[in-house]
This record gives sequence, C-alpha cells and structure tokens, in this order.
Amino acid sequence: MLTLILQRLGVGLLTLWLVTILVFIGTELLPGDVAEAVLGQSATPEAVAALRTEMGLDRPAIVRYFEWISGMLTGDLGASLASGAQISGLIAERFSNTLLLAGLTAFLVVPSAILLGLVAAMYPESIFDRIVSVATMFLVAVPEFLLGTLLVLVFAVQLRWLPAISYTTEFRSFGHLIETLALPVLTLSLVLLAQMARMTRSTILNILNSSYIEMAVLKGVRRHRIVFRHALVNAMSPIANVIALNLAYLVSGVVIVETIFAYPGLAKLIVDGVSSRDFPVIQACAMIFCTAYILFILVADVAAILSNPRLRRKAH
Amino acid sequence: MIDAEAPKVARGDALSKARFTLTSAGRFGAAIILFWLIVAIVGPFVAPFTLGEFVSDEGFAPPGGASLLGADYLGRDMFSRIVHSAWLTLGMAGAATLIATSVGSALGIFAAIKGGWTDMIISRIVDTFHSFPTLMLGLVVIAALGPSSALLILMTGLIYATSVYRIARALGMDIVVMDYVQVARARGEHTSWILFHEILPNAATPLVVDFGIRLSFSILFLSSLSFLGLGVQPPYADWGSLVRENMLGLISGSLAAIYPALAIASFTIGLNLIVDDFAASSGRAISGKIA
Repeated sequence: MLTLILQRLGVGLLTLWLVTILVFIGTELLPGDVAEAVLGQSATPEAVAALRTEMGLDRPAIVRYFEWISGMLTGDLGASLASGAQISGLIAERFSNTLLLAGLTAFLVVPSAILLGLVAAMYPESIFDRIVSVATMFLVAVPEFLLGTLLVLVFAVQLRWLPAISYTTEFRSFGHLIETLALPVLTLSLVLLAQMARMTRSTILNILNSSYIEMAVLKGVRRHRIVFRHALVNAMSPIANVIALNLAYLVSGVVIVETIFAYPGLAKLIVDGVSSRDFPVIQACAMIFCTAYILFILVADVAAILSNPRLRRKAH
Repeated sequence: MIDAEAPKVARGDALSKARFTLTSAGRFGAAIILFWLIVAIVGPFVAPFTLGEFVSDEGFAPPGGASLLGADYLGRDMFSRIVHSAWLTLGMAGAATLIATSVGSALGIFAAIKGGWTDMIISRIVDTFHSFPTLMLGLVVIAALGPSSALLILMTGLIYATSVYRIARALGMDIVVMDYVQVARARGEHTSWILFHEILPNAATPLVVDFGIRLSFSILFLSSLSFLGLGVQPPYADWGSLVRENMLGLISGSLAAIYPALAIASFTIGLNLIVDDFAASSGRAISGKIA
C-alpha cells in the first residue's frame, strides 16, 4: 500500500512538472510575447527587440524555463509587467485573503454537508431526502453568479443587513470580518454544500446497499447501530475522497466569487492579469491554483486507495 | 487518476435495451429546453428591439411600455438583449459539446480497442490536461491567444473532451471484451467495422446522457468566462456577459443582472431534469458524478 501511495505522490509530482511546462508554453511561446504585450501593437520593431534583449527574452526558451522554475523554488517570482511590483509581495497579502475565504467556507461546509448527506442516505425516499435531492440538484445546476447576485439582492439591497461588495480586508473587529465575508462565504458554501452533500449521500447509500449491511439488517441490528458501527467506519475513506475532490472545486469557485464581490484575493489578481496580459502574474497565480488543485486530487486519490482493498493489494 | 471517480457504467448491451420514458419533471425540463431553442432560433426575428437599440436615456430604467424587463446599464432593452444573445450562448456551448463528445469518444474508444502503448500514451496525455483546473486552463489559454469565439469553442470542447474520453474509454473497455466483439475479431472484421457496428451502438446511450451533462457544464463554463470579462466580447453578448455588464445596477435594486442569470439557470436545470430521467432509465445515475 505504501508503494502505491508513493507511486501516486510520484505521479502528482510528475503532473505538477507537466503543468509547469504547459503554463510556461502557454504564456511564453504563443504569439505575442511579453515584450510585444508590454509595448502594445503600435510599438516599432526596434523598441520591441530592445525590450526583448533587456528582459532576456532573446535567450533560448529552455534557459528561461529553468530560470523561472528555480526562481519559483527560491521564492523569486519576478516583477509584474503592469505595475512593476514584485509578484511575491503582491501575492503574499492576497494569498492570505483567498485562504481566509476558502478556509472559512470549508470549515462551514464539510461538517454540514456530511451531516446532510448522511441523514438523507439514512432515510432514502423520505421527505427530507427528497427536499435535499431537489435542492442540491438546483444548486449544482445554477451558476455561482446567480446565487451571488440573488444573495446580494436579498441581504444587501432589500434587507440592508450586509455590504454588497467585500473590497476591504482591513477588519476593524470580528463582527466586521463576519459582516464583510458573510455573502462571499455563503455563496461559495451553497454550491460546495450541494455538491458535497450529493456525493456523500450516494457514497453512503452505496455502502448501505452492500451485502454485509443487509446481513446486519437480517440479524436484527438496530438502524442507528448499523449506520454508526457498520457503515460509517467503512465510509470514512470514501467520504475523505469526496471532501478532497470537492475542495478542489474551490479553486475555480473562488475565482467567480471573488469577482462577484470584488474581493481582493488571488483570483482577482489572475483575472486582472489575464485582461492586461501580465504574464508573470498569470504564471505565478496559475501555479499556486494548480498546485492546490493537484494536492487535493492527490489526497482524494490516497483516500480512495485506503478505502478500496482491491486497490490496496495490486498496483493499478 | 482518480479511480473512485472513474465512471462505472453498466454494460452496453443492457443499456441499449433500456426503455426511455420521461417523468413529469423530465417533461418540464424538455419544455424549458424547447422554449429556449425556439427563442434562440426565432427570437432575433420577433424581438421588439435590436441588440444595440436604446429604449431609455438613462441606465437601468424600470420596466414599462414596450420594455418588458427594463433597460440595461446603458439604456438598451434588456428583454431584447437576452433574446438576441440566446443563440450565441446556446450555439457556442452546443458546438463546444459536439467537439467534446466527438473527439473524446472517438479517442476513448480507439484507445480501448487498441490497448497497449497507444492506450497508455493517450491516457497519460489526457490525464495531464484533466489534472488542470478547467478554469485555470481557460485563463492561461485566453491570456495567450485572446478571447475569440472560435478559440472559446475549441478550448471548451477540448477541455471537456478529456472527461468524455475517460467515460468512452471505460465503456469501450467493457464492450471490447464482450463475446460478440471477439467473434467479430475472429471473423477478421476491420477495426473500423467493429467500431461502427459493434461498439458505438452499444455505447451510444451513456454517451448521449453524458452529452447532456457536458452541455450544461459547457454553458456554465463559457458564461463564467464571459462573467469574468474574458469570454464573449462587446459588441456581441452572451448571457454571462449580460450579467457582468449589469452587476452594478444590483446595488440600486435593478434586476437587469438577474434575468440573464435566471436564463442560464433555467436552461441548465432543464437539462439536468432530462438527464436525470435518461440516467435513471439506463439504470445508473451518471449525473450524480462530477467529472
């Protein structure tokens, strides 16, 4: 089993390396290099060539790739083309903002989603189960910005309880923090909650349909004992897999939600970077998001290995 | 890479026999889809105003007179703008999903038939692209190449082709080992003959269900990009960009941003209702899986 997990870790690292190549190719080698992007279309060829030399773009791509990688590993992410500021500085502050948003969401969603999914699976076809199924189906199908705008309309415009945008992270007090983050966290949570509850429900339902549970029912074991002593123990790893897979969703969810509420996080940085073709910023942000994503998928993979005896024994 | 997530689909031959009936929820979904398709095709000819026509001097004017849903941030008729942008929204997503399904299933089944090195190389490449968060992949590509409609369609199609590939390959793997395929091989049939006569008919139903799921993902993905300002660019508009344009009006109580978002939501919910029925009658809830 350990070799299998190490193997997965190796695959994860390999994927990360391939991602660096893709990000590098995507932002460096495709038409309109950084020098042209900085100077705009009206620049003379001489000016572009001069800037290219100055930025070191005339050297082979492979050399620049290794410089970029080694810079990233030592914390030197280069400077933004748009503002000239050091990217590590730009990111440091925004990274903690995004982490706060995503962390709060995960903290709220993980326990409640599992509870919802568990209860819905314990009483399949009950009124509660039907409500959960229909509500989560709607939430999953609806775009994040509809939820966000509806929440703003209700809580910020009609009731005037909460601010419509969350552009500040200079919190005066804990109450102010809650007030500022309430709507972004709520929007993100609803989508995540729906997905996670749905997957938890089907995971547990799957286990409740297995033959050893049928055996326990036939033996006359009481319902709660079956769920908590027989099913839940076996559901641990698959649920861990569900949690990790869904937290990986946060990587894209956060981009939309930060934009809706003008929240000063990493996502805002990369979206602005794409609009202004600020390649070093895009590279750095994309690597952070992809690393987080790959990490979550890796955790999900390992949880799946731990949960499946067949995977545990033979290498896949 | 995620084994627990790998599609588990029933054997093809059992699926093709499944009778398909719509429940009342499914019929409701079909009605919504039909409604939007008609709007997309007929709408531009009967809409009260054109895409750029002004109905008011001020932005976010309330509904009244010929203007059913009020005005947008510049004073253009919101109702007409939603109607006019329907075909672009649905057309782009539809084209992207067609690319995803055709490329993904062709490669997936090809890999399943060939096996060995061919399968391994294609699968590794697909896995790498699949391990990119889709939105990040989209942002990097748009940063490099700029947001043209053709690029958006192609990119979305290829991104979702990786998901279709995994499902088609899993389906193909199941079917390839069936006796009737072995018999066809023993008869000396050509690979393409086996593909079109034995494998595709048996893989069709789950791939159609998947088309529905993929279409709703494509709509959400493309409108998210437009919402971020990185998708469809003015003077053209899709529902996502209509939401983006009119977000500011929300604070003053204008519903202009809500209507196009509701249009997207109704279409994707309609799709999901149909897909749920389809999946239920095929015996497996593929829709429950997030691929």
